[in-house]
Amino acid sequence: MTRTKQVEAEDIIAITGMSMGDIVDKIEELSGQNVFACYQCGMCSAGCPMAEEMDLLPNQVLHALQIQDPEAMTANSMWVCASCYSCQVRCPKGVDLAKVMEAMRQIYLRKQLDHVSLNGLTHREIRRLPQIAIVSSFRKKTG
Amino acid sequence: MEKLTYFPGCTLKDTARDFEISGMAVMEALGYELAELERWNCCGTVFSLTEDDLMHQVAPVRDLIRAQEAGSEEIVTLCSMCYATLKRASLFVNGNQERLDKLNAFMNKEVDYEGKVNVVHLLEVLRDRIGWDAIEDRVSRPLDGLTVAPFYGCTLLRPKEIAIDDPEAPTVLQDLAAAVGATPVDYPFAVECCGAYQVVDHRDIVIERTHRIMSAARRADADVVVTSCPLCHYNLSDTQKELVRTVPDYKEMPIIYFTQLMALAFGVDAGKIPTALRAKLKRLQPAKREG
Repeated sequence: MTRTKQVEAEDIIAITGMSMGDIVDKIEELSGQNVFACYQCGMCSAGCPMAEEMDLLPNQVLHALQIQDPEAMTANSMWVCASCYSCQVRCPKGVDLAKVMEAMRQIYLRKQLDHVSLNGLTHREIRRLPQIAIVSSFRKKTG
Repeated sequence: MEKLTYFPGCTLKDTARDFEISGMAVMEALGYELAELERWNCCGTVFSLTEDDLMHQVAPVRDLIRAQEAGSEEIVTLCSMCYATLKRASLFVNGNQERLDKLNAFMNKEVDYEGKVNVVHLLEVLRDRIGWDAIEDRVSRPLDGLTVAPFYGCTLLRPKEIAIDDPEAPTVLQDLAAAVGATPVDYPFAVECCGAYQVVDHRDIVIERTHRIMSAARRADADVVVTSCPLCHYNLSDTQKELVRTVPDYKEMPIIYFTQLMALAFGVDAGKIPTALRAKLKRLQPAKREG
């Protein structure tokens, strides 16, 4: 499976045409969530099944957005999130973090920066995977 | 026989055929017909999570229109992912005139969607309309001695606004297992995520998830894992084959759909049942199986 090149922090403005401040505003608009509502209790990261695969833990992603740290947008966390919603049912502040992660992906996907490619799958993988997996993956990781 | 407007979804026509076969058989045994929705299309498999994205609601809303055309205000699904996508789409547009107007204007070849169709999962029908007592009454081959680990996965329970049960401590699959005579077991991974579509480009993560989930079920002395999600079923079954090859002493755990568990207890068509489970049942019910 091939992926698009990991975006470097300094490239973010060039790629998205947006400052980190603009990106955070856009994420709030797309997700309908207030990222500043998070008070860093860590419940989301404690229950996240993907946390150990993430460069930044879910609560750290929210913190990075709060302080406009570009690492939020360069970490792999948004691509590893499976929208399982464990964080949403546990968040005491009512933040829908799955929606925040989707908005972060959309910042790239709406610039035609796909994260998976059908050409990256072998014939064997395409035969073996059920359509429910392929359709979901491409709905989540392509624009 | 009472009819339910049934939305199968793509996977039940392909890799999850046994889910549909057993689902049809058990519902018929309970006096219900799963009447397949005409001209249904793929729901999209995942709900679009951005506020401004109406385009990805076209597919699920078109299915709601098909139900409306069939004179039904309800769609019943078996697949957990179809349930979540259609249910969330219905909540997103039902009662929101601005969104309905835009979608109806876009789909100008369709009749206008009125925003009245509700989406329910078959487990809700079994629990809330038919009831565990009626299911217990229909059992002809009680699964006495069979220990069952329920695997809910994500989309039946989360997000909380579409949960069919308590998102953190559900009981519907345990109650169902008990109704057919089996013994449900408690283990810590019943409501965890299997990794879902990450299997496409992060298969390693799903293998690791499966290892943990199945090992926990094994430690709880489960004979079989029961689920309602075709993607959970695929992920857990398929990656187990790799675990058998790579992890010393790893023993494969059979995984079936909840409708197959019911079909085994009802003595109706359960579709393909894993060999290890068949062997276990033969040991538990020798006379009845041979008869």
